[in-house]
Amino acid sequence: MPDAPGLELIRGEIERDCPGAVLATSFDRAQAALIVDPARVLDVLRWLKDQPGQRYDFLSSLHAADYLPAQPRFAVHYELINRDRVERIRVKAMLEDAPPAGQGHGLPEIDSCVELFPTADAQEREVFDFFGIVFRGHPNLTRILMPDDYVGWPQRRDFPVGGEPVTFTYNEARYD
Amino acid sequence: MEVERRSLREKQLDARAMLRGDLEGEDLERYVEERVLTTTFEKMLNVARANSIFPLTFGLACCAIEGIPMAAVTSRYDIARFGAEAGRASPRQADLMVLSGRVSVKMAPVIRRLYDQMLEPKWVMAMGACSSSGGMFANYAILQGADKFLPVDIYVPGCPPRPEAVLYGFIKLQRQIMGNPDQGWRQRYDAYGTEEWARGGPRSEPSPEAARAYEEARLSVEELGDRGGHSLA
Repeated sequence: MPDAPGLELIRGEIERDCPGAVLATSFDRAQAALIVDPARVLDVLRWLKDQPGQRYDFLSSLHAADYLPAQPRFAVHYELINRDRVERIRVKAMLEDAPPAGQGHGLPEIDSCVELFPTADAQEREVFDFFGIVFRGHPNLTRILMPDDYVGWPQRRDFPVGGEPVTFTYNEARYD
Repeated sequence: MEVERRSLREKQLDARAMLRGDLEGEDLERYVEERVLTTTFEKMLNVARANSIFPLTFGLACCAIEGIPMAAVTSRYDIARFGAEAGRASPRQADLMVLSGRVSVKMAPVIRRLYDQMLEPKWVMAMGACSSSGGMFANYAILQGADKFLPVDIYVPGCPPRPEAVLYGFIKLQRQIMGNPDQGWRQRYDAYGTEEWARGGPRSEPSPEAARAYEEARLSVEELGDRGGHSLA
């Protein structure tokens, strides 16, 4: 895990090679994170993977979060590990919600990183399944856990929880 | 027909004589009377069905891990006592489907397909809170009760149910199969005929004792009414 100055050094080096790709850094509870421009997330991931001296070449997890009502709303998180030094770094791409009633599918988009990390295949499908985030260039972007004919993106915060209302004593209708 | 009670030893000696062909006349008549039970074919068939259930070997979730092996198979509880220890891995040979755990919307068509492949007569037990009602999973992915997509014969509550509860539910299912279903609290509180069936549905029958007690109570109320000059009817 790079410490806070180490994280700033990494940011500086990325800034030298891909200017403007990293928007901000975050060092919270000893966890280093780079907040990147979603359009250039592949550049940053490739740099972290291939740069001699960095070599964060293992994607341990790829997941998303919905920060509604904050804007931008979605975040795709990439957890990278350097297995020689046992160091972790997180790359965060914040995504705006797609404009409603626009042309196309009306979903937020980001580049797929399957070509860099083949292990991202199933994880990107899962993110698509639950959050409706489209990964451009993914070889087979279909639902993975929900049924294929399912409608909606169930892990979004504005998706209804579901289930059935159950009468308990505290919400029981009173007729007296 | 009065059958004289005799000791086991005497009966054994009779059986030996019968096998040797030595029993004749009155003795042979008595031998047959002692051993033959007359009933209808359907009842006998149902007794056989209830006591040789083949459960379908499959599990859905945590009840399959905690419940079925603990409640059914292990020697401490041992469902073999009730004739249902022969789990079948093929739905075509199974009679009983134990829904052991939550049913997700993606799994429901698969389970329905398995159920459709089972041969009649077949029964379904919803084991645990999740397959009975959805349990703690009140969300988009879990069906709120397995009876949404297949008929369930018996519900065993619990999370997971105690092994005793599973066996109790199983015994109730056996009674159901034998055509004498338990009435539960209706039996305890003598409240037969209070089911809210859809129009034209079946109606439960009270036990002979309950019917007699009800008739006596009705007659006594009528007598009172005659004396008091007003009727409750």
